Amino acid sequence: MIQGKFLILKKDEIGTNVFKLLVHSPEIAKKSLSGQFVNISIDGFLLRRPISISDIDLENGTITIIFEIRGEGTEKLSHIKSDDYIDIIGPLGRGFKLIDNSIKAVVIGGGIGSPPLVSISKFYGKNSFAILGFQNKSKVILDDVFEEYCKETIICTDDGSMGLKGFVTNGLNQLLLREKIDIIYTCGPLVMMKGIADIAKKHNIQCQVSMEQKMACGIGNCLVCACEAKRNNKKTYVHVCKDGPVFDYKEVFFDE
Amino acid sequence: MSRLNLSMCNIKFNNPIIPASGTFGFGLMDFFPFDKLGAVITKGTTKNPKLGNPAPRVAETPKGMLNSVGLQNDGIDHLIENIIPYYKTLNPNVIANIAGETIEDFIQIVEKLNHSEVSMIELNISCPNVTQGGMAFGTSKSSIKTLVSSVKKVSKKPIIVKLSPNVTNISEMAKIAEDSGADCISLINTILSMRIDIRTKKPILRTNYGGLSGEAVFPIALRMVNQVYNAVKIPIIGIGGISNWKMAVEMIMAGASMLQIGSATFNQPTTPIDIIDGLEKYLSENNIDNITDLTGSVVLWS
Repeated sequence: MIQGKFLILKKDEIGTNVFKLLVHSPEIAKKSLSGQFVNISIDGFLLRRPISISDIDLENGTITIIFEIRGEGTEKLSHIKSDDYIDIIGPLGRGFKLIDNSIKAVVIGGGIGSPPLVSISKFYGKNSFAILGFQNKSKVILDDVFEEYCKETIICTDDGSMGLKGFVTNGLNQLLLREKIDIIYTCGPLVMMKGIADIAKKHNIQCQVSMEQKMACGIGNCLVCACEAKRNNKKTYVHVCKDGPVFDYKEVFFDE
Repeated sequence: MSRLNLSMCNIKFNNPIIPASGTFGFGLMDFFPFDKLGAVITKGTTKNPKLGNPAPRVAETPKGMLNSVGLQNDGIDHLIENIIPYYKTLNPNVIANIAGETIEDFIQIVEKLNHSEVSMIELNISCPNVTQGGMAFGTSKSSIKTLVSSVKKVSKKPIIVKLSPNVTNISEMAKIAEDSGADCISLINTILSMRIDIRTKKPILRTNYGGLSGEAVFPIALRMVNQVYNAVKIPIIGIGGISNWKMAVEMIMAGASMLQIGSATFNQPTTPIDIIDGLEKYLSENNIDNITDLTGSVVLWS
């Protein structure tokens, strides 16, 4: 892993309170895998903010990170500008396992859980499907990006203001009626991932989930980001920063 | 000889900087070599493996953080077999931080550590995040006395007693520890604290309360170290919110012989090394021959 201050080449507001930073760091880009994250230092805050890596561009030596304003820290971070430097430690954690781009993959994102799935869609290309869930049309992000990479992108909104009305689980059930899917990748709220995991289990489809937990060190030292999991058939606490954030759906418990 | 060399409890250290137990681990190896530190330290280790508390175990606070890890660890046997021998290859001084639910737990752990290569044993009698033992030991004079004297009877290693700040009179606690045979005092552990999520009306920590650390606690730690320095003759390890060399100098002036650095590494992992470099420069610029000359050098107003 690498720590440094890296140049922000571009900053965009891609949705309401959702920001995209294009960060120049060939060193980090070279080491990054889909689903890993970076830990960002924000002036005035002790704890770094873990943000997933959305896209990796080896040719231009950049990584893309996308975050939503969730609290005071991310609010402060949202004021960073192009040409500023950002203090990052990364890449961290275990990412998604990409298998073979000839198999059929579906990526399922809930809200701000969608960004880490971008590089997976890029890998599977036209063998991938995206199902993205948002509260309403105004919250939809990255639909154009997934549409570019994937064979098909299904948007679901809670109120039906865009795409299918209802949850991503409806979208997945509909897709499974007409497509044979080999693997599911998902990131989003726990309750959503639980629903996805249930469907994966029923259809016996491989499924990788990206978990979220409040962190401190991000490097496996402090043990605060505990997540209940099964290891050697026993219930234990694993740590999202080091053992995850990506887990096999069979390993983790989805209870709040 | 470096200006930072020192000897404490008849053990030689290259410099006074130790990581704080609980915040230190192999993850930092990517940031600096461990032989740069004065000593390395283990996580709080119990007799049997311990799962720790449910999440969330962390909450941010102004200039600090709360944690409620609850001593998650793999137990003393795992520590002795796997961790200590490896740490020993990285730094000549390994300190074992241990915790127990009962005095018997502490005694059994210490007896096992007697045969290990640790330089010192730090008794964690101040963890605010466990229901059994922990802070209960460190906030009662009679339990400090019984525990420290019992452990001293069996220990072949120097004993550091890590004190809790959650008491009304820290000097009394330190004095009892000294009178019971402690070789060294370390303070402060975290301060019992709380944060509430106003949307859910629930505490952020799953355990409701947790331990406050980080810069926010530094002035409290500094005051307590100074009070203890004025009350005991044994050396003191100062802990609490130190995040740069100037704070380190303050803590040493207050009475600390060595320092532990914890939460600051979450933001800047190289903090312990930056502090070592800063101290070296400070001593050289001020023509101070050795760091020990600085210990307790604060001149209190009369």
